[in-house]
Amino acid sequence: MPRTSLEPRFQVEHLSVLDAEGRLDAALEPALSADDLKRMYRGMLLGRLLDERMVRLQRQGRIGTFAPIKGQEASQIGSVAALRPTDWMVPSFRETAAMLWRGWPIERMLMFFAGWLEGGQPEPGHNDLPITIPVATQLPHAVGLAYAAQYRGDDVIALVYFGDGATSEGDFHEALNFAGVWHVPVVFLCQNNQWAISVPLKKQTHSRTLAQKALAYGFPGIQVDGNDILAVHAATREAVDRARAGGGPTLIECVTYRLAMHTTADDPTKYRAPEEVAEWERKDPIKRFREYLAKKHLLEDGLDQALEDEIAAAVKRFESMPPPDPLLPFDHVYAVPPAHLVAERQALAAWLAAPTGDGDGTAAEAPSAPPPRSS
Amino acid sequence: MAKLTMVKALNLALLQEMERDEDVIVMGEDVGIDGGVFRVTDDLHRKFASRRVIDTPLAEAAIIGVGIGMAMYGLKPVCEIQFSGFAFQCFHQIENHAARYRLRSQGRFKIQMVVRMPYGGGVRALEHHTESEEQFYAAIPGLKMVIPSGPRNARGLLVSAIRDPDPVIFFESKALYHAAKEDVPDEIEAMPLGRAHVVREGRDLTVIAYGAMLRVAKDVADTLAAEDGAEAEVIDLLTISPLDRETIVDSVKKTGRVVVVHEAMRSFGPGAEIVTSIIEGAFLSLEAPPVRVTASDVPFVGFAREKAYIPDAPRLLAAARRTLAF
Repeated sequence: MPRTSLEPRFQVEHLSVLDAEGRLDAALEPALSADDLKRMYRGMLLGRLLDERMVRLQRQGRIGTFAPIKGQEASQIGSVAALRPTDWMVPSFRETAAMLWRGWPIERMLMFFAGWLEGGQPEPGHNDLPITIPVATQLPHAVGLAYAAQYRGDDVIALVYFGDGATSEGDFHEALNFAGVWHVPVVFLCQNNQWAISVPLKKQTHSRTLAQKALAYGFPGIQVDGNDILAVHAATREAVDRARAGGGPTLIECVTYRLAMHTTADDPTKYRAPEEVAEWERKDPIKRFREYLAKKHLLEDGLDQALEDEIAAAVKRFESMPPPDPLLPFDHVYAVPPAHLVAERQALAAWLAAPTGDGDGTAAEAPSAPPPRSS
Repeated sequence: MAKLTMVKALNLALLQEMERDEDVIVMGEDVGIDGGVFRVTDDLHRKFASRRVIDTPLAEAAIIGVGIGMAMYGLKPVCEIQFSGFAFQCFHQIENHAARYRLRSQGRFKIQMVVRMPYGGGVRALEHHTESEEQFYAAIPGLKMVIPSGPRNARGLLVSAIRDPDPVIFFESKALYHAAKEDVPDEIEAMPLGRAHVVREGRDLTVIAYGAMLRVAKDVADTLAAEDGAEAEVIDLLTISPLDRETIVDSVKKTGRVVVVHEAMRSFGPGAEIVTSIIEGAFLSLEAPPVRVTASDVPFVGFAREKAYIPDAPRLLAAARRTLAF
């Protein structure tokens, strides 16, 4: 009864097409039209510029806590550009660039981070889920969407975003396991940005890569240079095509870096060295792609200003909106509000209309005084 | 019309809803060839194949999480959690997402999903197999929380739960699964959610019960009529949330006295909300302080000691007599 090795033996690939020095592996260069490339650059730049604007707006108290994407634009645009509009995009909370690509209006992103429920409503007919905040809990939703698409026989796949910290959550493992067993058309897109708030990757996992976690669930995992939009796009397109062709799920680990803070409530200087940040700034995904496009003469003059103007106009539209209706939440707790909710809505409406008198904002009516007791 | 146990009645509801609507799918641990550990999904896999009756991997969070994704696509999953004591491994999916997606998306997404769970004691089962923790779900807006008390209403309520556009937590009493047979119509019968039933009318006292405690309440009402000459009105809640406060308050306005009985623990249990609703709605009609007969605030006791903890007829009778004499 000897001890033997079992097949298959595993391997994890790493894909890089355009490196930080601008060197291109032409054999791996994805086929993208000039228009595609220009749109993708525009998407990255819009993500970056809105990011910077959001941080300023937060500092000015004009929106609430915001999770910046700076540094992760290639991971987001490279991947989301491989989807069809009919496919499902399932974000976590740091996918501003991917969401804008999918058609979320800038105002709606502003609304979300300004604490409006309206920021969670996808555009009519768009197959996007809203931002999910509890880490990794959106992964099973993507698997469910993919199962349903397969069940209905629709030519539709799902792609779900999450970070390196999410790979420690049970929902990550459960979702990958279900996806593997069911062989559903889903792409798991991990943006490994090295830091889960203050906890570095080496404290998150003892795995050599995050991509290899897919292998335990019986489907391929690939690691890509997440700051190389061409590599991200090539890997995602391959995974999307495989899913669409009935080849099941894929895990893609985009090795990238969160150049800014976890959220505007965080101070990263407390836990990481400026040299590390500087090293990753050298690998900036936008700078790299811009040089690639310059060689192809695809850079458009005045794009930065045009995008800044677009953002400024959206901020203006958002800030000139009437204040949110405080009673709206009551309308969407159930399809048909039950009696107690109708009463609570009326009570709050009455209080807001006249914050005096008998009401208190929650009870339908103040208790009336008892009748005199007969002695 | 056939005489069915609650298990068979629930099975009939699933079978008929699956026949009439291809979007209804059943999933959970052992729900396929095994028919579920209590046989509620018996034989469904043969009729509808494994793509509609899914033996899932053993992972509660993903069962509910993928169910939510399916529902957002337009399917109507009926998920089975093998025992309610295991549902804390999917509680975050229920609270964070199932209950909230309609609001988060302002109606763009509905989670038309039923989560079935066996609950309750009295079946000589180990820890995590005997709990009655409906209060956690009843406290979450966006969910409906349903507990049938017999075969016919179990069938009718499950049909409505499957058709309801909001997520429904559906507790099934293990003690009632095979306890009694009841006439259940062959044709589909749907019973409205959110409505309590007055199962016995009376003028002297209101007894509010649900699930396995309904039998106890009816027995006590019989005893009170026979031995005390007191007529108890018995309310079967059927839906814990949203609570049918109107039926409760109307009854107490008439009787002036009320006892609430449940298997769940006492503090912050359903009785607390029910009694508060009575105080808010019928304070001036009360002739005696409302009384709760419940399990004690002990997380679990083991089935060797269980009999001392689960409310039974002698305890409810004593409480009812004390209330009547106040």
